Amino acid sequence: MKHAILAVIALIAIAWLGSLVGLDPLFGVVFPYLAFAIFLGGFIYRVVDWAKSPVPFRIPTTSGQGKSLDWIKQDKLDCPATFWQVVGRMALEVFAFRSLFKNTTAEIHDGPKLVYGSSKWLWLVGLAFHYCFLLIVLRHLRLFLNPVPGFVGTLEFFDGLLQLGVPVIYQTDLIFVGAVTYLFLRRVLLPQVRYISFAADYFPLFLIFAIAATGILMRYVFRVDVVSIKQLTVGLATFSPAISGDIGSIFYIHIFLVSVLLAYFPFSKLMHAGGVFLSPTRNLANNSRMVRHVNPWNDPSIKPHSYADYEDDFRQYMADADIPLEKELPPEPEPEPEPEPEETEKPAAEPAAEEAPAADAATETPAEKE
Amino acid sequence: MADTKVEQLSVNVVKEPSMMTGAVPRKDWMDVPVTFKPGNYCYPAKKSIVEYLSKGLPGVFGEPREWTVESDDWKLPENWVEIILQGMRERLDKFRSFKVYMDICVRCGACADKCHFFLGTGDPKNMPVLRAELLRSIYRGNFTKAGKILGSIANGREMTFEVLKEWFMYFYQCTECRRCSVFCPYGIDTAEITAMARELLHLVGVGTNWILEPAANSNRTGNHLGLQPHTFKENAEFLLDDIEEATGVKLKNLTFNRKGAEVLFVIPSADVFAEPGIFTFMGYLLLFEHIGLDYTISTYTSEGGNFGSFTNNELMKKLNGKMYAEAERLGVKWILGGECGHMWRVIHQYMDTLNGPPDNLEVPKSPITGTVFENAATTKMVHISEFTADLIKHNKLKIDKSRNDHRIVTFHDSCNPARGMGLLDEPRYILENVCNSFYEMPENTIREQTFCCGSGTGLNTGEIMDLRMRGGLPRANAVKHVEEKHGVNMLSCVCAIDRATLLALMEYWNPNVGVCGISELVGNALIMDGEKERDQDLRFEELPGAAERAAAAAEAEAGESGNNEEGA
Repeated sequence: MKHAILAVIALIAIAWLGSLVGLDPLFGVVFPYLAFAIFLGGFIYRVVDWAKSPVPFRIPTTSGQGKSLDWIKQDKLDCPATFWQVVGRMALEVFAFRSLFKNTTAEIHDGPKLVYGSSKWLWLVGLAFHYCFLLIVLRHLRLFLNPVPGFVGTLEFFDGLLQLGVPVIYQTDLIFVGAVTYLFLRRVLLPQVRYISFAADYFPLFLIFAIAATGILMRYVFRVDVVSIKQLTVGLATFSPAISGDIGSIFYIHIFLVSVLLAYFPFSKLMHAGGVFLSPTRNLANNSRMVRHVNPWNDPSIKPHSYADYEDDFRQYMADADIPLEKELPPEPEPEPEPEPEETEKPAAEPAAEEAPAADAATETPAEKE
Repeated sequence: MADTKVEQLSVNVVKEPSMMTGAVPRKDWMDVPVTFKPGNYCYPAKKSIVEYLSKGLPGVFGEPREWTVESDDWKLPENWVEIILQGMRERLDKFRSFKVYMDICVRCGACADKCHFFLGTGDPKNMPVLRAELLRSIYRGNFTKAGKILGSIANGREMTFEVLKEWFMYFYQCTECRRCSVFCPYGIDTAEITAMARELLHLVGVGTNWILEPAANSNRTGNHLGLQPHTFKENAEFLLDDIEEATGVKLKNLTFNRKGAEVLFVIPSADVFAEPGIFTFMGYLLLFEHIGLDYTISTYTSEGGNFGSFTNNELMKKLNGKMYAEAERLGVKWILGGECGHMWRVIHQYMDTLNGPPDNLEVPKSPITGTVFENAATTKMVHISEFTADLIKHNKLKIDKSRNDHRIVTFHDSCNPARGMGLLDEPRYILENVCNSFYEMPENTIREQTFCCGSGTGLNTGEIMDLRMRGGLPRANAVKHVEEKHGVNMLSCVCAIDRATLLALMEYWNPNVGVCGISELVGNALIMDGEKERDQDLRFEELPGAAERAAAAAEAEAGESGNNEEGA
């Protein structure tokens, strides 16, 4: 955690110092462009790189009744059998975090007695976090597009519906900061989650928190020159960036942190945003007995131990037990109670396989009682 | 049996310092070394077994040798680190699941308390997320820029012997049950990760005997128990005598390796070998006789279970290949599969891809009801529960439910049919039609949320009993709940490994609850042509009301003879 905090503090300091010594073009123009390019290129690179690895087997996690007999009701969303059912499952996963919605919590009590309870906070806050993030990004379109699209105004209107404060406080800002705080506190306070967390889990949280904080400070505390900012941001969007006037360090800190987030995104766990679409347990139909699925690297040279070899191994026993044979026994061999064991393929240690491995297996499978 | 007495373990799981009881290790997980001691690891594979398997599949099982787990010298090849890293590189390129799941975990912790091994041990490395990190840390340290540069700050690390030991410990404390993957917001499947880790371990010759020896047996003798053809047949035929004794009916339709049968029936071999699987087997045979199915069982493919699937995809393919090979040799139309969990994971999600398409088989069609099993259109293999449910639905079975009245039944969804197939309602439909008392366990413990028996993927070996009883605790606890609430005395399932492992689990945690396959209950309930007055079930336990009926019959007879006397 300390590495993550130090990293974010260092980033803030760099941007602040940079703006003090007049590196505005670097922080206002070069870094944002660079970051956006890394984000786009990196994101595409990662997705393509994943996609280059094939999906050899059809392995959906079936989370409901599969398609079976006509009169058995299939759970189409949790156990999809067709493309469109998969689309439904994926849509619920991506837009509603359906799997997380199923979350439970387990406790052990005297007895022993295990108790499972519903646990939906992570789902709720996670959903709030992601949707607020999206809305905030959409609101920011005001800064990049001229004229401002109508839906942005509508968004802002509803976001500020409570009409609190001057300027009006956006609910998404409040929820967003609350959600990030919850995600952080949960990571620190829940022993299980704290134990599995490391720098790469804290860093994005701190970074996003700092982005939100600087943004909010800019709007409500440090007054910045909005006209100059819009001039710069519209300039960025139209590939004719120009910096005029003194925008203020807080802006450069904000935009630098956003740049870092963008550049960091493709190489971090934040890529779950792209990865969820490629997850074979979620994006495949449970139709592997209905529709043939081909493994591109299937190795046809792997053959089963052949029946012919099997019969060669056990012909005498099979004949004695009246089990039909492909090849009859050789006519009257010299008395040979044991069938000729096949030399090449046979567990050397166990001539009487029935006794040996069975012994172990048997102690478990059946005779485990003893 | 487990070394720890149940009274002691009952206290331990609640009181001992563990992450389940609120204790948090002071050290970072990377700094907590693994210590092997008797009872917490599976025995390594014998040299002869690895030699045998390596003949059929060179290169994927490492160097055959004798080695001991507790020793600090596992006699690994000199370049073992290189082998592992090369193996990872290849698998990252072959399995998208592996690659994506190495990258996208956000460590939200939703999976943490979903694992039965975590719930039973409280060991943080049994949280699915941390289990995956054992592998992910090596991935980061060797295959990502951040991990290479930042090292442990980015949770990357080098592949060392300590890490290998950790893998051997914790990837054999995962049963690939997929429960965590139901809850993961990205569907990260620890089964995929464990499967990869086990493939890598086998590459450097680190495997367990309890998996590789049954796999070798399956390859050579056709079944994991190593039953040779004549023994397999004798075992099965012996059960015909039991059936005759219990029902008065001598079954005639059981054949072996018969060409031209309509259906090849493949079972988990334990069903001809040991209780309670043999009762399930008796149930299958009674059902087939009842409907006059034209079927045969093959000694060559006398194992439906696939121990290869616990090692690597190569051996899974090799063992699975027998089913289609034999179906084609015998000229059957389609294949019917018995009650077995991981067998059905392989059949449902892998078989056609591995060894299909089968050349001469037809889309399965029930000869009794005419139902075409479109859901098996390409694989050509039908689950016995699908087949039986269809028969019941079409009223083709004569059933006396009351013959199961001495059973108060609950149903354990086996992990693989539940989360790797979606077979949930077929067994329930059968149960509702063959017995009068069926109660579900709590909803967080059934269907797609079902808990593993604690001993799947080749962990049902005697040397790790304590671990198994801990891993099985969540399942046993849910059974206890319905035992106390409804008086449940029979835990039914559709899995052969369950029939072995749940038996041990119930004996340990809930000694008054028995274990059975669904088909056993079907067999009990079937009214066979020419049967005698059924006073015993297939286990030769007295049927409910049998004594009263016998008494009544005796009385009636006495009365009759009395009447006769009077009349005389």
